[in-house]
Amino acid sequence: MKFKSQKLAYYFFSTCMLLLCLQITYGFIMGFAHMGYDNLHDYIPFNTARAVHTNLLVVWLLTGFMGAAYFIIPDETQRELYSTKLGFIQLISLVVVGVVAVIGFHFNWWEGRKFLEIPRPLDFLVVINVLTFLFNIGITLFRAERSSTTSIVLYTGLVAAALLYLPGMIYFENQSVDSYFRWWVVHLWVEGVWELIMGGILAYLLIKLTGVDREVIEKWLYVIVGLTFLSGILGTGHHYYYIGAPKYWLMVGGIFSALEPLAFLGMALFAVVMYRRSGREHPNKIALLWTIGCAIMSFVGAGFLGFAHTLPSVNLYTHGTLVTAMHGHLAFWGAYAMIVLAIISYAMPMITGRKNYNSMYGMLAFWICNIGMLGMTGAFAVAGVAQVYLERKTGMDFTLVQQEIEPHFLGLVLAATLFTTGVLLYIYDFYKYGRPNDEALVALTDNG
Amino acid sequence: MLSKSQARLFFVVGTIFFSGVFLWLTVDTLNKMPAQTNAQNISPEVNRGKVIWEDNNCMGCHTLFGEGAYYAPELTKAYERRGEAYIRALLMSPTPWSPQGRKMVAYAMTEQEANDVIAFIKWAGEVDLNGFPAEPTLKQTN
Repeated sequence: MKFKSQKLAYYFFSTCMLLLCLQITYGFIMGFAHMGYDNLHDYIPFNTARAVHTNLLVVWLLTGFMGAAYFIIPDETQRELYSTKLGFIQLISLVVVGVVAVIGFHFNWWEGRKFLEIPRPLDFLVVINVLTFLFNIGITLFRAERSSTTSIVLYTGLVAAALLYLPGMIYFENQSVDSYFRWWVVHLWVEGVWELIMGGILAYLLIKLTGVDREVIEKWLYVIVGLTFLSGILGTGHHYYYIGAPKYWLMVGGIFSALEPLAFLGMALFAVVMYRRSGREHPNKIALLWTIGCAIMSFVGAGFLGFAHTLPSVNLYTHGTLVTAMHGHLAFWGAYAMIVLAIISYAMPMITGRKNYNSMYGMLAFWICNIGMLGMTGAFAVAGVAQVYLERKTGMDFTLVQQEIEPHFLGLVLAATLFTTGVLLYIYDFYKYGRPNDEALVALTDNG
Repeated sequence: MLSKSQARLFFVVGTIFFSGVFLWLTVDTLNKMPAQTNAQNISPEVNRGKVIWEDNNCMGCHTLFGEGAYYAPELTKAYERRGEAYIRALLMSPTPWSPQGRKMVAYAMTEQEANDVIAFIKWAGEVDLNGFPAEPTLKQTN
């Protein structure tokens, strides 16, 4: 760490760890409810648990992206952040909004639109918060003498994510039109601009960890984000097949979303090839594991499993079933959770000055989390495919089908327990690093 | 071999081009959606029903147009499948409706509120969804 203000990232990262734990807790509530043990129904009904689970995911990932930006931007621009104080204010207000929203969900206060459940008044606070963040990073970038492609791609992604939040705030009387624009936020975030953010963080990590020439890495970064938008923008069409939009979306969405895995395949090849070209042995093997792992798992989860149900003829039957949950879990884990955990693993030794590089807990955390998440994906896949055949193909009643697939949720909960063990090991490792330390300044700039 | 500036050009031109196509298709879609969704039938009741639907986060358990959560039944064709009386009874029920043990929140709606939700579900069931939900092709008919 060269710059004092990079310490700010630590506070964002520790918030991530807390929110992740809370997200997992609500996941378990839903897992048990699906098994038939909806014992908390009176206090935390399924729709509350679900809103908390998905919104906390979004909030902890965004917090992680912000922390990543606060760590990366000073390093890339070779200057302190514009204002650390503003960063702290922004973090605290983000946490307050998040906590109020989560509590509100328990009292039936929400907007009831999938993924965008945060009540309208809080939406405005989110916007102000994100603008403050963008202002802080923006001024830092603007005042810098040099700007790198990596930082520009990362910043563009963050600005676009903020802009795309706005269409989700418009009210439409027509449910179909409402849904059409809701996907502008949700799809264009996760299959569009978030990939810019992920690509930016990935490129930064590869530059630092492999020592491959920045020009080469950044060139391929452009190709990958180019492929992302080439496929991802019109790929939004795979959400428009069956919501009351014109039929041509079946063709447009089908073709372009079938191309979406290419961007993720590019990302995976990019990481692996750069790693093989690596001219140096970076001591932080755990960060390297998460980085390469992220590139590969994002291809499996977002690319491959997304492709598995994106063609209109398949989606006609899988649309609105647990098959979506199967894809969703591994996609968010591989692409976004893992990139945040990768940058945290890379940044922690630098922020704290402790060379706790190859701790057994850290290594175990990586493997246990991934095996657990693959197990969960498998359980969702079996439950989802069974649901599709029983309910959609043979016409069996929904609730009877749900009873048939209950045992698969035992599998899900067991795999989730393994996954949680991995997460707790990761957090233990994070905790052991201790607090940010000014003595870490320059001491650990292993990357020039 | 590809240079960095060519790669950047690919990114910038590709993004602008496909954003343009997407916006063009959006305009066309918005022009066609009123007819496809029978927008003329969106009465004040339907609209109030939509607001109740959102205020109670029904999508947190159910799906409509296949969108939502996977804990409770798909409701696009619920009006046709269950009929008005059944839906009204479960919306107005003061105790949790629990078919085969899976509990729904007891909303204890007034008759007016229940009718609004029913109007909304009925409207949704009449939208042309390009063939969704599909007929069960393996259904035994004996």
